[in-house]
Amino acid sequence: MILTIIIVLGILMLVAAFLALYLKDLLSAIIAAGAISLMASVIYIILAAPDVAMTEAAIGSGLTTIVFLYALHLVKKEQGEKND
Amino acid sequence: MTIITILGFLLIIIGLWGMLTRKHLFRMILGFSIIDTGIHLIIVSLGYIKGRTAPIFDSDLSTFDAVHKIVDPIPSALVLTAIVIGLAVTALMLVYVVQMKRQKGSLDISDYEELKW
Amino acid sequence: MIKRFFSLFFVILLIFVFMPLVKDIKPLSELGVTSQKYAKDGAKELGAANLVTSVVVTYRGLDTLGEVTVLFITTAGIGFLLRKRSTGKNKKRKASEILKSGTSFLLPLIVLFGVYIFTHGHLTPGGGFQGGVVIASAIVLLLLSDINLHTDHNILNWLESLSGGFYIILGLLGLLLAGGFLDNRFLPLGKFGEIFSAGAIPIIYSLIGLKVGAELVGIISKLGREE
Repeated sequence: MILTIIIVLGILMLVAAFLALYLKDLLSAIIAAGAISLMASVIYIILAAPDVAMTEAAIGSGLTTIVFLYALHLVKKEQGEKND
Repeated sequence: MTIITILGFLLIIIGLWGMLTRKHLFRMILGFSIIDTGIHLIIVSLGYIKGRTAPIFDSDLSTFDAVHKIVDPIPSALVLTAIVIGLAVTALMLVYVVQMKRQKGSLDISDYEELKW
Repeated sequence: MIKRFFSLFFVILLIFVFMPLVKDIKPLSELGVTSQKYAKDGAKELGAANLVTSVVVTYRGLDTLGEVTVLFITTAGIGFLLRKRSTGKNKKRKASEILKSGTSFLLPLIVLFGVYIFTHGHLTPGGGFQGGVVIASAIVLLLLSDINLHTDHNILNWLESLSGGFYIILGLLGLLLAGGFLDNRFLPLGKFGEIFSAGAIPIIYSLIGLKVGAELVGIISKLGREE
């Protein structure tokens, strides 16, 4: 049972990693990278490390995504000022 | 849990491939964060022992037989700090990319020719 | 084309490096020597129910000090890189009513939850890092909605410096009054499994939580205010 969960999560993580690298839309790619961390935190629960799972869920999928989005916003703004 | 170790190695390989082949600076940082996740998975999976529980003492886990009942606490502690540092380093890289964009107006790595040979 | 070939070459090289490692992995069946000592004596020596916390805060306290230092240097670097160009005009989209009322309702609860996480770090999963991050996420919500509670950088800097300084002072107190740097036993250990137990571990972890939270809020508000 647990092995099935791990295999499904693992395949999803690999797919999400490819999507993060090859999706055309940068916003979707960033969300995919956040999803990798979220699934990794489930795997940490299976590995009996709840402390790491909490940290990964809060930092990896929460704050890292937010920092990426803020940086994307800044870069887009730069692009907009160029075009004006 | 050998399968999770293998998963971590695969994530490292995918991340490295992305860092080497993609041209967009944001994608390279995404590749870096994928490598990060892979490394953390490997370290935690090496500390796992089959059938054991988390290293937190409560009514079910007394201190006497803890040696035979808990998983290794040291990899968890190391990864805990490594995740926070990973966030800080990623943020620094992103700010650097924003600054590069301001200086040169491009997010494509092949437009930065100063270090080419 | 030749670049792509080189990348493929490097990745295949890496796979060949990993192959023997993967083949030779034997799953752990017993704890290592250090971990065995921690598992046997950790709860009795330090009085913390969460063994990971006692490793992070006390046994490997110097690692954590180094980690907090790296975080500080990174924050300083981000502040340095983003220091100029505050043009002042910001045409931000206005926050919606739902976001505003949701924020004012949820903000105190999220902060309270963060404080709960880092004060109970020695009893349950969680601790300073997680609690600090939860508090930082509350501040992100504040930045997104337009509620104008200026996250004053001076207050943040003071909070960060004070918690860092007290962290070092507590470590030195451990050196003077107990066994070594960051030793938690200069305060009474108390009853095992209660909130006021484990000596100085809750205080040290709360300070780490405040410092990490202040630094992450600093990073995010620097990025967010850069208009």
